[in-house]
Amino acid sequence: MLWYVGRRLLQMIPVFLGATFLIYAMVFLLPGDPIAALAGDKALSPAVAAQLRARYHLDQPFLMQYFLYLKGIFTLDFGTSFSGRPVSEVLAQAFPITIKLSLMALAIEGIFGIGFGLFAGLRKGGIFDSSVLLVSLVIIAIPIFVIGFLAQFFIGVKWGLVPPTVGGNTSFKNLLLPAFVLGSVSFAYVLRLTRTSVAENLTADYVRTATAKGLSRRRVVQVHVLRNSLIPVVTFLGADLATLMGGAIVTEGIFNINGVGGTIYQAVTRGEAPTVVSFVTVLIVIYLLANLIVDLLYAALDPRIRYV
Amino acid sequence: MRITRVATAVLAVGLAAGLLSACSSGDSTSGGGSGIVNAWAGEPQNPLIPTNTSENQGGRVVDSLFAGLVSYDSDGGVQNEVAESIETTDGKNFTVKLKDGWTFTDGTPVTAASFVDAWNYGALSTNAQLQASFFDPIQGYDEVAAENPTAQTMSGLKVVDDSTFTIELKQPESAFPDRLGFAAYYPLPAVAYQDMAAFGENPVGNGPYMMSGPGAWQHNVRIDTVVNPDYNGNRKPKNAGVDFVMYNSLDTAYTDLLAGNVDVLDQVPPSAVTTFETDLPGRTVNQPSATIETFTIPGRLPHFSGEEGTLRRQAISMAINRDQITQQIYNNTRTPALDFTSPAIEGWSDSLVGNGNLKYDPEAAKRLWAQADAIAPWSGSFEIAYNGDGGHKEWVDATANNIRNTLGIDAKGKEYPTFAQIRTEATNRTIPSAFRSGWQGDYPQQYGFLAQNYQTGGSSNDGDYSNPEFDRLLRASAGEVDPGKAQDLLNQAQEVLLRDLPAVPTWYRNAASGWSENVSNVVIDWKGIPMYSDIEKN
Repeated sequence: MLWYVGRRLLQMIPVFLGATFLIYAMVFLLPGDPIAALAGDKALSPAVAAQLRARYHLDQPFLMQYFLYLKGIFTLDFGTSFSGRPVSEVLAQAFPITIKLSLMALAIEGIFGIGFGLFAGLRKGGIFDSSVLLVSLVIIAIPIFVIGFLAQFFIGVKWGLVPPTVGGNTSFKNLLLPAFVLGSVSFAYVLRLTRTSVAENLTADYVRTATAKGLSRRRVVQVHVLRNSLIPVVTFLGADLATLMGGAIVTEGIFNINGVGGTIYQAVTRGEAPTVVSFVTVLIVIYLLANLIVDLLYAALDPRIRYV
Repeated sequence: MRITRVATAVLAVGLAAGLLSACSSGDSTSGGGSGIVNAWAGEPQNPLIPTNTSENQGGRVVDSLFAGLVSYDSDGGVQNEVAESIETTDGKNFTVKLKDGWTFTDGTPVTAASFVDAWNYGALSTNAQLQASFFDPIQGYDEVAAENPTAQTMSGLKVVDDSTFTIELKQPESAFPDRLGFAAYYPLPAVAYQDMAAFGENPVGNGPYMMSGPGAWQHNVRIDTVVNPDYNGNRKPKNAGVDFVMYNSLDTAYTDLLAGNVDVLDQVPPSAVTTFETDLPGRTVNQPSATIETFTIPGRLPHFSGEEGTLRRQAISMAINRDQITQQIYNNTRTPALDFTSPAIEGWSDSLVGNGNLKYDPEAAKRLWAQADAIAPWSGSFEIAYNGDGGHKEWVDATANNIRNTLGIDAKGKEYPTFAQIRTEATNRTIPSAFRSGWQGDYPQQYGFLAQNYQTGGSSNDGDYSNPEFDRLLRASAGEVDPGKAQDLLNQAQEVLLRDLPAVPTWYRNAASGWSENVSNVVIDWKGIPMYSDIEKN
């Protein structure tokens, strides 16, 4: 199995190279000279513009720019943003906050989604099941910014239960509300996925066998039904982590959190290739690692799956 | 097999824990102590070096941390600050004497060299400072600002003694001293040159406020300042400090203003322009700031040169119903333009000859357009280019509709995805249509609005307008020592523009601002930014 993990890690290298190249090329292809926009509607002195272009390698052809960027990466130099801050510093500031927020959202959707889904699946067709299905449908249908603003207004401003914005204080308590908002849509999906899977597995042969053997209902559900039902759910959660991180831009905007989404948006509009590429690359690595974790969890959930 | 499964689970959990441990970022809270004002802000685009700060998010912090030779009051009136006197007899050579007793917050005195060295640093092209062109009027600027500089310092600046220096300009500009309160002209302490990047993170100034300590700038989060106890200038703070709290969305900032977490917000979000005056009773202003919005029609476009071009420009301008657009699209947070400067700046007049060209008059517009057609028949379409990332679509569409309906021609907006793209084409003169433009005053003088945009060869004259009569009047005004006569010449220069319309003025941007119940005495200045030092905490 260690060999398997090693091989998967090695596979990330070509993915990494290909992805950075593609993203770099796309940012390079953005029309317009980013330096021309630095001073707003006012004109920059031509000599200063030339200096800045040289400083950020913008006077070099595309392949040279990309090569210089890659060369920097190997010495752990991710380049500088147009504000003169090292990109590595921007990374170190934005990622921990977004990862924390995403993992909290993931935990919320996992715990509540699987919990409600399990109960709904066990009592398929009942009042609880029907109402949970209805609520989840409503959540899926409402855009996330509506949920965000409503939660902010009522819970934050009206009732004053938590501060309406997060700002610099990224404590667990402050992030709880945005995490609920961020996780809400996926929560509905996890719930529905779990519910269907559980309901389906309840009628499976091995469950009937287990029940026939005289196992308690509790043990049947825990060991046989739930464990087998979790495989699709875990797949979804794994893929969802990366989606949460990239998609947090709306939630982060509403709650004034300085995370990955906003930084990438800003860097794209300013044409800052090193910043965009570095951020997206880290996202890709996280996505790949999350997928690896999911694959390894399969083996834990289902003994028939083995890795060599 | 059992072991493998356990190992797998352990490994998976371990990897997850690894991801988690990356999140143990330090929680950063701070500030908001008694007497501290929480002010809305955004992340400055650049390190806080005065000569490199070209936008107002960095500018408002730099203005709080530094004091220049002169300072401005809320109406743009000029008072000496660090300068004891700035004297000239010919409007070209100036002698600056400094007051005694000014120090930087690191204890070093503010001397003549603090200014001269900072200005030379700002102008030298190899330092790549965004505001370098502000030193253009000074003798010797061209040598230091060349791509390969032939001098390191400007010959027009000379230190006489610790408290005296002289400035020689290329040509007479008698109002030059009034500009010296702008950020590019602030002094720097000696410590700055040791490591300018580090200085920009934690600047040491001589202004009413100082950074609250190392790390006071938490990027994208906040910048905390406290009162500088040694400051004794015109802007003596009435509070204990200002915390600049950064928001990435105006809507969120507005929510925090309603909840009382932010004390001053100088820009109400578009979603609140209809409600902010009732949401914040008695705690709002809505007044023009030193900003004008226009669209430029380059003279090189077909049909827009000579007599025909002038007629067409006037027709287009008179086809636009500015009152209706500012009311319906902006809910009166824009004020229809009557000239090329701004009512927030001294000398503005609503009675310049020719400002009828900026008023809606469809009949006259049709008549003028027909006269132009008699010279050469119209062909093609009239497009106004704008950047889609700047919220311009609504007014451009409305304006194009006005023009189309009044003149019966094909007029439409043309969207460019990014600001960078439209600026690149405007700078390279490759833009094939009219395009949106605008100007924000850096110092409270009409001259700045006119010289850089419309003077022959002006640094932001993207339409390549050139009229010898305008140039002559502008230069004569700059060289005139009598303020009354200078204003008269400026008005005449503007009347030339109102006839030629190198750009079509549309409206002035208002400062639509609000504040919380926690503060009082909030005044929004001519630039549209709160006078932070005057704010009192209740």
